[in-house]
Amino acid sequence: MAMAAERVGRSLAGWLWRPGQRHAIPILLLLLIGFAAPLLSILGFSFAPPRTFSLWQLPTLENYRTIVAETFYQSFLWSLGMAVVTVVILVLICYPVAYGLARTFGRWANLVTLLMVLPLFVSENVRLYGWVLFFIKGGVLLGSLKSLLGIDVESVLFTPGIIIFGMVYVYLPFMLFPMTLGVSMVPREVTEAASDLGASRLQVFREVELPLAMPGIVIGCLLTFVLAIGAIAEAKVLGGQTVIPVTHDIEIAFTYAQNWPLGAALAVLMTLLVGGLVLAVLRRFDLDRILGRR
Amino acid sequence: MTASDHAPFLELKAVTKQFGGLTAVDSIDLEVGEGEFFTIVGPSGSGKTTLLRMLAGMETPSSGDILLKGQRINDLPANQRPTCMVFQSLALFPHRTVGQNIEFSLKIRGVAPAERRVRALQLMRQLRLPEDYYGKSVTKCSGGERQRVALARALAYDPQILFFDEPLSAIDYKLRKTLEKELKDIHRETGKTFMYITHSLEEAMVMSDRIGVMRAGRLVQVGTPDQIYTTPKDKFVSEFMGEVNVIDVRLGTNGRVVSDMPGGSFAAPSLPAGFERGHLVIRPEFMRFLRRAEEAENSLVGRIYNEYALGSRIQYQVRVGTHVFVVERLRQQSFAGQLDAEVLIGWDARDSILVRD
Repeated sequence: MAMAAERVGRSLAGWLWRPGQRHAIPILLLLLIGFAAPLLSILGFSFAPPRTFSLWQLPTLENYRTIVAETFYQSFLWSLGMAVVTVVILVLICYPVAYGLARTFGRWANLVTLLMVLPLFVSENVRLYGWVLFFIKGGVLLGSLKSLLGIDVESVLFTPGIIIFGMVYVYLPFMLFPMTLGVSMVPREVTEAASDLGASRLQVFREVELPLAMPGIVIGCLLTFVLAIGAIAEAKVLGGQTVIPVTHDIEIAFTYAQNWPLGAALAVLMTLLVGGLVLAVLRRFDLDRILGRR
Repeated sequence: MTASDHAPFLELKAVTKQFGGLTAVDSIDLEVGEGEFFTIVGPSGSGKTTLLRMLAGMETPSSGDILLKGQRINDLPANQRPTCMVFQSLALFPHRTVGQNIEFSLKIRGVAPAERRVRALQLMRQLRLPEDYYGKSVTKCSGGERQRVALARALAYDPQILFFDEPLSAIDYKLRKTLEKELKDIHRETGKTFMYITHSLEEAMVMSDRIGVMRAGRLVQVGTPDQIYTTPKDKFVSEFMGEVNVIDVRLGTNGRVVSDMPGGSFAAPSLPAGFERGHLVIRPEFMRFLRRAEEAENSLVGRIYNEYALGSRIQYQVRVGTHVFVVERLRQQSFAGQLDAEVLIGWDARDSILVRD
């Protein structure tokens, strides 16, 4: 037994010392320290007794019990619901633009791309506060309406609708560019062939364009869904805390409430939820095809 | 077969296509008969693909008319034309199986799945595709198999004309030769009108009933493969046939033509009316090595510069002054010529062709 263990140990060391593995060690260490360790400590904290600050205690399910017993499910539903609505709206808005960028805009495509990318150079919070100034009572929109036309309208600020507007606005490039890539991967001759074989514009879209552009669309959806479900600034700035998403709950638990274990448990549940959904989608769509390896 | 054997089935009247200031297709008149295998040959940029795309409904002519059985189809979109195109890239649906590809047009027309399957399997048999390929992904098929799937897909809904946009150009030589013959067989079996474009006159000769040679948007010559081969209309068509010897000549006396090269007065075939100057074209296989100048009607003294083995034939580059001639002989013919040896080459007037510019 000892000899066998020794042999395994030696072969493991030998395996680690092969050139490929040897060169992977630095990035492996970085990932372990920078990615795995924080996740593991969050996981550990989620089983710690409430309002404690040490990992070295007897594990308890107290935090999870609290989450189930109280109304945290509302935050989860808000986060999930707003993310789903955001993704759906983004798909509907971005497909025509992506199609235009890939197919019809021609030399204008670069200009459109630039216009879509430029806002990314400004901090998200600054842009959101810009929208607040635009929508707030007496702000750019309502103030102008009142002074110019004498119309007095209620502000749309601090409603779920404006939060979704903010998320759609902020995450648009993350849907648009993978989608444009997806649409441009559809060979023009293949759509022409479908049309030549008798397919109407709608049939070409349904039978050929959509399935072939799907890898780009799926990546765009995953990207924006994961970003949107983790969104917090939109709800705080534009929503004025009328809606509390899970992310906000987590922030409160870690800061004002000083209840790290509760925040950790919320974060773990959130990660499981998002990870599960993403894996389910990826299982449905072949990852190799999405990455263009086949 | 000639055009008069057929009723006008597809008719082009002064069909023109302009892109911006560029005229891609310049006033083409053409009649293609029902059941004919018509091939358009031209170098890249000659406008042949644009012409085919107009016929298939993927481009609209800038002017002129396209008539199918006497009906003007200019403005009929591709999905409403009873025609079908086999693309250069084949444009198969990569996310579909062989069966689904073949059945696509039937599915679009609302044919029941069982009926579609029967038709697909029938086509697969006809095109020598194994039956168990029905559920195979097209991305896993070989080049030749994909060709057959593309052809089966185009034939599925019984279109009146099939268009081919150089579908064989990306295939290796040996398979291409096989598929050319297969395509001609399919043409016989189905009796459909085939319209094929290619840049290879050799490919066109093998398959076509008639050939149209295109250059810079115009049809230079239309005729049977035999007509194109034996009586090319001009230097361009004759050179497009492959390697030929071309001598610039002008009208001489006694029905002869003269060139600037030494000893350059040649017996010529019958002169076209009003011939002043042009080119004398002699195919390499009609040039031969002579022992004495009297063995042929025309002869020249040259020097062998190089030789190339072409399988059943051997080709020689013979230099006469600054002019280069290509001479071929069959391998089994004995010949003692060495490199740099002085040789006598010659040809008979009836084996040469006189063309204008």
